[in-house]
Amino acid sequence: MRKMNLVIVGGGPAGLAAAKAAYDCGERDILILEREAELGGILNQCIHNGFGLHTFKEELTGPEYAQRYIDQVVERGIEYRVNATVIDVSKDKVVTYVSAVDGLTQIQAKAIILACGCRERPRGGINIAGMRGAGVFSAGTAQKLVNIDGYMPGKECVILGSGDIGLIMARRMTFEGAKVKAVVELMPYSSGLNRNIVQCLNDFDIPLYFSHTVVDIKGKDRVTGVVVAPVDEKLAPIMDKAELIECDTLLLSVGLLPENELAKQGGVELSNVTGGAVVDENMMTNIDGVFECGNVLHVHDLVDFVSAESENAGKCAVAYINGLESCAEKIAINCTNGVRYCVPTQLNRDDNYQPLNFKMRVANVFKKVELAVFADGVKVFGKKRPVVAPGEMESINLTAEQVETLKKAQHIEITLIK
Amino acid sequence: MKDIIIIGGGIIGCSIARELSRFSADILLLEKGNDVSVGTTKANSGIVHGGHDAYPNSKKAYYNVKGNAMFDQLSKELDFPFRRNGSMVLCFNEDLKCGLNDLLARGEQNGVKGLYIVDGDKAREMEPHLSKSVVAALVIPSGGIVSPYEMAVAYAENACTNGVEFRFLSEVTGLKKEDGIFTVTCADGYTEQAKVVVNAAGLFADEINNLICERKYQVQPRKGDYMLMDKSVGYLADHTLFQQPTKMGKGILVTPTTHGNILVGPTATDKLDKDDVNTTIEELGEAFAKALVSVPTLNKRTIITQFSGLRAHIPENDFVVEESEVEGFYNCLGIESPGLSAAPAIAVEVAGWVAEKLALKANANFVATRKAIPQFSHLSNIDRQKLIDQNPLYGNIVCRCEVVTEGEIVESIRRKPGAVDLDGVKRRTRAGMGRCQAGFCTPRIMEIIARELNLPLEEVTKRGGASQVVFGRTK
Ligand SMILES: Cc1cc2nc3c(=O)[nH]c(=O)nc-3n(C[C@H](O)[C@H](O)[C@H](O)COP(=O)(O)OP(=O)(O)OC[C@H]3O[C@@H](n4cnc5c(N)ncnc54)[C@H](O)[C@@H]3O)c2cc1C
Ligand SMILES: Cc1cc2nc3c(=O)[nH]c(=O)nc-3n(C[C@H](O)[C@H](O)[C@H](O)COP(=O)(O)OP(=O)(O)OC[C@H]3O[C@@H](n4cnc5c(N)ncnc54)[C@H](O)[C@@H]3O)c2cc1C
Repeated sequence: MRKMNLVIVGGGPAGLAAAKAAYDCGERDILILEREAELGGILNQCIHNGFGLHTFKEELTGPEYAQRYIDQVVERGIEYRVNATVIDVSKDKVVTYVSAVDGLTQIQAKAIILACGCRERPRGGINIAGMRGAGVFSAGTAQKLVNIDGYMPGKECVILGSGDIGLIMARRMTFEGAKVKAVVELMPYSSGLNRNIVQCLNDFDIPLYFSHTVVDIKGKDRVTGVVVAPVDEKLAPIMDKAELIECDTLLLSVGLLPENELAKQGGVELSNVTGGAVVDENMMTNIDGVFECGNVLHVHDLVDFVSAESENAGKCAVAYINGLESCAEKIAINCTNGVRYCVPTQLNRDDNYQPLNFKMRVANVFKKVELAVFADGVKVFGKKRPVVAPGEMESINLTAEQVETLKKAQHIEITLIK
Repeated sequence: MKDIIIIGGGIIGCSIARELSRFSADILLLEKGNDVSVGTTKANSGIVHGGHDAYPNSKKAYYNVKGNAMFDQLSKELDFPFRRNGSMVLCFNEDLKCGLNDLLARGEQNGVKGLYIVDGDKAREMEPHLSKSVVAALVIPSGGIVSPYEMAVAYAENACTNGVEFRFLSEVTGLKKEDGIFTVTCADGYTEQAKVVVNAAGLFADEINNLICERKYQVQPRKGDYMLMDKSVGYLADHTLFQQPTKMGKGILVTPTTHGNILVGPTATDKLDKDDVNTTIEELGEAFAKALVSVPTLNKRTIITQFSGLRAHIPENDFVVEESEVEGFYNCLGIESPGLSAAPAIAVEVAGWVAEKLALKANANFVATRKAIPQFSHLSNIDRQKLIDQNPLYGNIVCRCEVVTEGEIVESIRRKPGAVDLDGVKRRTRAGMGRCQAGFCTPRIMEIIARELNLPLEEVTKRGGASQVVFGRTK
């Protein structure tokens, strides 16, 4: 069996950034495994711009952003395989992958970074009743059909869910000559970025119905219409106000789910909230030497944050390979009062006091709040925010001193002061 | 002119075709869809019933018990997924416990072997996720589960190997008999003659019968809605869990599938339209609520898809399996549940009758076995490597969730009768049946179908007819 220091599963922005950072920390024995025909991950189909404002201080398209990282990986001569699907990651860190060229290959790795991205929640996941003909797509599938394959998945569409992919597809379909009749959102607010609502819907007069949902799908062979109804406070549809919207296509943008099947096989502990791994500040999971970063860890809206998080994972993986002992004692971080989750999920009880970035999401729209971190009941950090929303990831930076305080505490809490 | 025409390519038509192919005869199967198993056979509970439920002395009871016993050998011969997981009928009410004795007695009268009753604690020992409110259960060890569409495809492929001709997109609209010869006409103008006609048209078997017989039938479509849960909760049930029928109805079942998912359903609603497979929120909600009575930890969040099927119910409330009043015209009508379980026995019986009528000789070249498409996900690593060495397409994984390779998909299209659309590929390989429900693999599978069948991508459909997936190129 081949032995390697670092195997990275996934050649999207997360995997690429992790590989580059690992290389720059001196590691040379790295392999990236990517199941698609090209590196770049989901960015390859995101041909709109809006990527890279944080990392490169300019607005790039998805493929351009990906290309910058691909170039850096190629320049460094980092080994990678495409059309290579990892089918198993074992608890003792044997990675099994399949490709037409290499056949079935097993590698004993010292460290593994899982950077497998996420998948879209399908129709069944939200249990929409009705007929089951063609014409119901997840928004990302439609995006691939349009942007990569060059085919139109529909002429008249309704989009369920106002996540970013749905919003972007509303604009994309309109550009391509389709009529987007409505975007329907169950919640009273959007889960997408505000800028996408403005640029993708408002600019094209596409109506957005909050607190509405699709209750029935018509059409035997192909969709002929969807029935849309408002929902009450308990999110139950009010059926006597239901209305038919004629269309041939329903796009679903109803959530992304981290792709953690491999992690589960490998015994990685997952969070109930994010669906991603429970990680410490080194992005390491409960399995020594197995790291996670990017959308597989938690769903990001900005790829810049993916890159930063993943560079950290790459660095920490190298430290692990070079013999840094992992710390047995972890301090859990409690998210309360409207904070849904944070990453990292826990801290090591060690004396490594370095500045630290936390990412988090809130559970609802809140106005005029303070994001605060408490150690044993004492406020260590606070940040005032005019408005926070589930669609926008929040980020806070702690200094080395603040981290020291946290690591010495018994109880850490991240909360919203309203 | 043919010796035999079979109308309908569901489990009944396909199994009869295969059993008839043991004989030397010219056999044609006409199916209105573009593939086999596109009717009721593709959407049902997939239970191989023990046979305790049907009324004694009914044809349902007779063929069910006989058919059930054939599954072990048959599933090996034709290589389709089947498991004798055992069924349980759950009782939730002390006062109704005696009802289980009646069911047991009925089952024994039908010839079902090995039935016994356990108390609630024992039932929970057998099925740890059962509700505390279960007070007793009837255990039916001979109950099993099968993948119904894979079974139908297996039968069809084997029939094809043994010389049966399949003609698709052939909706029979005319049938008459003159001078001892049947003339069958299809909607597309195709006509063919035969000495014998077998009616296995499922929901439409009444209409076929009514074309030629004085004795009229009327099939009442009765819809059942289902929800399918992710494999990650496959541990919730190992037996098939029925609820004891009460005045309130037949109850909802919770069962594992042969592929390790959990299936919840079916409801029962009479419909006017034989194509109306619309699921409704109300029915799905009702089914889920009832299923929770059996297994309280079922979670809606783990549902990956829902579907429905139509039962071909007739007021006579039993199977019609007979040579009709018109000599040489055989009816398989009203084949609702347990039709799947009964199919192997019905097929042998009908084939026997037809062979006798036409004095057919044995088919000297008959091959009894058929191998399934290699299932990459189920192989050992050594066998996987061998497969890729033989054909590198087995190294391209297309469906991530179910780990299905390009090699399997290509094979499913090239076999006879082969897949011609996304659903056909899905039924044969499971590509697109996993937790992402074809989100990732749809574009790839469309490309493979287009390439293999030499079609433009715009003509690739989800399931024939007007179910095109894309509408031409972008700007
Ligand atoms: C439609 C859409 C629009 C977006 N718009 C913006 C935007 O405007 N601005 C912005 O900044 N961000 C945007 N984002 C967010 C950003 O693109 C993502 O967060 C980022 O791509 C996530 O990177 P990743 O590497 O974690 O995942 P991915 O890009 O999904 O990469 C994961 C890779 O891993 C591979 N993989 C997975 N499993 C295996 C396996 N078993 N074996 C081998 N390979 C495997 C996958 O094929 C994939 O290539 C958008 C995202 C989407 C989906
Ligand atoms: C909700 C539900 C649950 C069930 N659960 C079970 C179970 O658990 N166990 C069990 O044993 N059974 C079960 N059944 C019953 C079982 O599914 C059926 O008995 C069986 O599938 C019927 O097969 P078939 O071949 O008669 O019908 P079909 O599969 O409907 O096949 C008939 C075929 O004939 C074709 N056809 C129709 N008209 C024409 C025409 N004019 N010309 C040409 N072709 C035509 C149709 O396209 C179709 O393909 C269930 C049924 C339902 C609906």
